[in-house]
Amino acid sequence: MNNRATDLILIVAAVLIALFPLSGATFYTQLIAKVMILAIFAMSLDLLIGYTGLVSFGHAAFFGLAGYALALMGPQYEAANFWWTLPAAMGICALFAFATGLVVLRTKGIFFIMVTLAFAQMLFYVFHDTKIGGGSDGIYIYNKPTLAIGDFALANLDKLEHFYYLVFVLLLLVYLLLRTVLGSSFGRALIGIKVNEHRMQALGFPVFRYKLAGYVLSGAIGGLSGYLAAVQFGFVNPEILSWHQSGMVMMMVILGGMGTLHGAIIGAFALVFMQELFSNQAVFGAVAKHWQLAMGVFVILVALYLPQGLAGLLARFGRKPEAAEEHHE
Amino acid sequence: MSEAILRTQELTKRFGGLVAVSKVSLELRVGEVHAVIGPNGAGKSTLTNLLSGDLQPTSGTVQIEGRDIAGLASDRISRLGVGRSYQKTNIFLPFSVFENCRLAAQSRTPRAWRVWSGAGRFGDTNRLAEEAMEAAGLAHRRDRVAATLSHGEQRQLEIAMCLATQPRLLLLDEPLAGMGPHESHRMVELIRKLAENHAIMLIEHDMDAVFAVAHRLTVMVNGEVIESGTPEAVRASPAVQLAYLGGEDNLHG
Repeated sequence: MNNRATDLILIVAAVLIALFPLSGATFYTQLIAKVMILAIFAMSLDLLIGYTGLVSFGHAAFFGLAGYALALMGPQYEAANFWWTLPAAMGICALFAFATGLVVLRTKGIFFIMVTLAFAQMLFYVFHDTKIGGGSDGIYIYNKPTLAIGDFALANLDKLEHFYYLVFVLLLLVYLLLRTVLGSSFGRALIGIKVNEHRMQALGFPVFRYKLAGYVLSGAIGGLSGYLAAVQFGFVNPEILSWHQSGMVMMMVILGGMGTLHGAIIGAFALVFMQELFSNQAVFGAVAKHWQLAMGVFVILVALYLPQGLAGLLARFGRKPEAAEEHHE
Repeated sequence: MSEAILRTQELTKRFGGLVAVSKVSLELRVGEVHAVIGPNGAGKSTLTNLLSGDLQPTSGTVQIEGRDIAGLASDRISRLGVGRSYQKTNIFLPFSVFENCRLAAQSRTPRAWRVWSGAGRFGDTNRLAEEAMEAAGLAHRRDRVAATLSHGEQRQLEIAMCLATQPRLLLLDEPLAGMGPHESHRMVELIRKLAENHAIMLIEHDMDAVFAVAHRLTVMVNGEVIESGTPEAVRASPAVQLAYLGGEDNLHG
């Protein structure tokens, strides 16, 4: 699945991302930080869609829940403590995944899509229609969490660069964690479930428990991304729980290529930067207003010609290095 | 004769008004190939599904070593030592032959929570997989993707995956279906060898194969057992001749 050429390209890409803030382009540094957060979100969904065969259409639930968890758990006028609010937010998401997983994982196919959507929408309306989280206006998070050991501040999350590198490190950690887990016996069992769930059960695997464990892990990591997004933007509102959010992350996974992990990262970058490009008036002039149209065409083209997504394109070059070199110079 | 590992009593399965399996009582023993034959629609596959936990019986009992397995899901029954091969090839097509077998073996040595170790790192699981491929005659196809195997080889892989789970009892649902004469012959030899230390229930339409390996025959028609006994006794049974052999089907057809 991961060949050497692909790994090399990924390492180069990681180095470029690591060096980017040195350019001093604040807008794009901010944007890439946002994309990296969405990449973590997309990878957590890829664990379900691409590896376990669970097409969840309610993944925003975890993203939004963690954001609200930070907003509601932290003191209102002081900075929250990163060390306990992050694990707590992820823990809440894991619990939510466990509780809802007991129900949704009993359904299959189209019903699974519907039930995951239903749970996410329930959560959306809980925050939209009650005063728990400030209703439809949401809540501001006035202070960024503190990241310190004792009195020594490891990072000042008010500073864009510090936040950027925190997100970068977490993106790498999540990627390596998922890659390791997916290569383990547990991960192989998840992939087996995606390919042939019935046979897995017949071979003696307690399939439901495996799926539940995968669902909880995915929910917790989805929570990580939601937490970071709330820190970055400094507020939460019900939109982060909406089905648009679930649809967007699903698009990232499909666009990037399901079941590859790095495809989810590529998908996040592609979707956000294509959106930037298509809505750029300097490039597209008057059409830029209708960027969704161009975006739609782009997504359709990828779906038609790249069934393995953008990651499939990468793998194609990786497999034939001589062919790739011809295109190079 | 050894104790029965599996014993059914009055096992019945209804689908609405249809009685697919009606009051079937049979026993499976180590060292014995118990063939279940009968025309299409006789309820043989339904019977297999009842024994493997893919279906739950309407009434009657299934006991494995004295333990009632009613209500257990197929994964639990598998872990009790029941290996099942499917009539329609049911393998992991995108995986290599080895990975198919390794995954099957992994189910016996659960290491689900050792998420930090690569799946291929466990010598005992790998060895089980290698042995299963060897036994099923697939060692030379180790690294081939299962989807690219011939039909016969996929049938062999089906058996290899069962073996990798180290069952004591094998439920083989038409293992010879669609196989050429050469492959069939090898499969018959394999079943004969496996019978030495397994209990085997064999569902098969190839009567030459059935009479070559079976120690005991059960004949089903319309969900009911009409005869059960040694191959000689069954062959001589007037009921069988009337219901099954006397028609267009012939034992040696």
